[in-house]
Formats: sequence, C-alpha cells, structure tokens
Amino acid sequence: MKTNKITLVKLSLIAVAAVFVSCDNKGDSMDAASLDFSGTYIQQDQMARPAINTVFIASGAPKDAFNSAIPTKMGASYQGVFQSRLMALNANYTTNALGQTAAQLTGLLATDVLGVDKTKKTTFFDGTNILTGRALADDVIDVELLLIFGGPTGGSNAGLTSDHVDKNDKDFTAGFPYLASAW
Amino acid sequence: MKKSKIALGLSLITITGLVFMAADHADAPAVTGNAADITDVYAFQGQDTNNMVFVVNTQGLLTPNATASAAFNENVMIEINIDNNGDNVEDLVIQAIKRNNKMYFFGPVAPGTPGISSMVKTNAMSGSVDISKYGSAPIIATENGMKFFAGPRDDPFFFDLGRFNSILAGSAPGFNNPGTDTFAGTNVLATIVEVPKSLLGSSATINVWAETKKKQ
Repeated sequence: MKTNKITLVKLSLIAVAAVFVSCDNKGDSMDAASLDFSGTYIQQDQMARPAINTVFIASGAPKDAFNSAIPTKMGASYQGVFQSRLMALNANYTTNALGQTAAQLTGLLATDVLGVDKTKKTTFFDGTNILTGRALADDVIDVELLLIFGGPTGGSNAGLTSDHVDKNDKDFTAGFPYLASAW
Repeated sequence: MKKSKIALGLSLITITGLVFMAADHADAPAVTGNAADITDVYAFQGQDTNNMVFVVNTQGLLTPNATASAAFNENVMIEINIDNNGDNVEDLVIQAIKRNNKMYFFGPVAPGTPGISSMVKTNAMSGSVDISKYGSAPIIATENGMKFFAGPRDDPFFFDLGRFNSILAGSAPGFNNPGTDTFAGTNVLATIVEVPKSLLGSSATINVWAETKKKQ
C-alpha cells in the first residue's frame, strides 16, 4: 500500500512535469511540432448514412468487410446483397414513396455516402428536401422504415413504418457544439 | 392484411443473424467496443449558415458510469471524407487524432492518396482543442475560422431498437406507440468540427463519409 502510494505520488509528479512541458507557452504549432504523427493508418470502420451496415449486411465477417470497403467499390460488391436483404425484410416490396424499385433503392444505399447540399437546408428528409445532409433532430429511422416497408404510398404495413420515437432524449443546443451534455 | 403480416414475420425470421444495432453502433466484430467504432455521422449547416458542421460519434451505448473512463485512442485517426465532384472518391479530408490531452485537427486538405490507407497531413494542421472531461463544461477552440470539440456528449441518436429486434424475431407484430428510445440515457465520444463552406470546394453538393483508421 505504502509503495503504491509512493509510486502514485512519483507518477503524478511526473505527470505534472509532463503537463508543464506540453503547456510551455509556445502555442499549439510549437507544441504540435514536437509530436509524432508519423505512420500509416488503415481503415477500420466506415459510415455515412445511418444504419446501412447494420441493416443490410450479414453479421460477423461480412460486416467487417463492408466497414473496410471504400465507396467506389461498394456499389458493384453490395447492391445485390442489399436487394436480397430488402426483399427478405419486405417480400411484398414493389416501389416506395420515392418511386424507387428495389434495384434503385438498394443501388442508392449500397454506395454508403451522405449527400450534403451547401446551398440549402440540410436534412435527411423533411417532407420537401431529400438527402441534403443529416441534422441531429432528423428522424432517420422513420425515413428508412417508410422507404423499406411503406410501399408506393407510404401507407403499407402501418405498424412498421414508424418506431414512434420522434426525438432525442435531450434537447440540442442552438450553437456549437450542438450535441447535448453527457448523461 | 393478416396474411401479409405473417408472411413478413416469416421472411424476417429467415434472415439468419440479422440483428439491428442501429445506427452503426457496434456494427461489426472488429470494431465493437473500441475507439474505432463509429456510431453515427452527421453533416449539417451551422448556426452561421456559411458554415458546415461535421459530427463523428464513436464508442456508443456508454452508460454514465462508463463515460468518464472512455477515451480516444492515439492510434486511431478519425477522418471525414469529402467528395466534391460526385465520383465518390475523397477530394478533401479532415483528420482528427489525439495526442496527450488534446485532439489535433488537419484540413480540409487534399489527401495524400485516397482510399483505405492514409497518413496524417501534418502540414495542414488547422487547430487543436483540449479534450473535454466528463461532467465538465464543453471546451471549444476556434482557430482559422473553424471550431473544434472532442469529448463525451449525449448520444443524439434515437430509435426503439429493442422493439425492432422483437419484430425481427417474430415476437412482436409492430412498433409500440409511443415507442421506447433504446439510446436514452447513453453517451458517445463526439468529435465535432465546424468549417466555413468556402473551404469545402466550389461545388453546390458534396458527398460525405467518415472513417476510422488505425496506425499500423
């Protein structure tokens, strides 16, 4: 116990010294110049649109494979997989509220990038704008459920087209950093 | 109506191993439970509509008790990829990586080479911010017209995942109204950067995706 305490004190003194060194009033650029950012970094996870890997890719190794794929390779490799999944989820799928066939919807989703518009409101879907970004309050799950289960009018499978969780459990802030404080 | 519902249930059961861990929380075995697991990506215009905000959340489903000890990993780079000519190849990247108690940001800048392998664009450092501590006020840095944040936040994602898994398992016919937010009361480690739109190229639209990349 005593040795632990001594070690702890020593360590914390070293830590304090280290902090003083790194705070040495030279500013960030000088700080950063002494830091090692070298090396090669390899892709582990990839994500754009919400829930795509989780919904359309089988468990286990295929999910890792999708995460290490780059968008230009995804369409050719995954559109067919996604379409099989879609038809398994909703065997009666014909088109959705956007008029997309199964091939069109899965062709869009298989290349996992998020379209963002720099000239107007950014939203996953707000009734007018479609895929112009993803804002914090967007009910993205309801949009995806509607497109998968809702049929051409959005009126099919009424029990499956909304999870009836319409907003986050905390309010977002109007300004940066926008996300609410941690629980 | 009844028939199609039954058919739907059956078709869901036939999908072996299909369990939703939405949005992307713990989506794959290699990244689950570590700093490389991206839970959600957001891109939206800022309070100042001349700016775009990018949010990359990692390490989801953190309970309040687990949040103070959750940490960014110095060997895991968070990279926001931006394609501004519609070919789904990144033309610009914004990189974020932890050193000591700070998160360092690089870009927006053209990548050295696009694709799965990257190096830190050390010549394009745009700023840094002290990583905010659990339970403390958020620390925000402003440099070069950009704003930076890194640290724990409430998970902004919401979904009745529990009920949905019951539907998939065939044990529930549909969602409850109201539903139950599976992600209520849980936290993520957020990396947030706000960038003038003028730094994102001249195109009206961009394609955005996030990656975590691990040092070899």
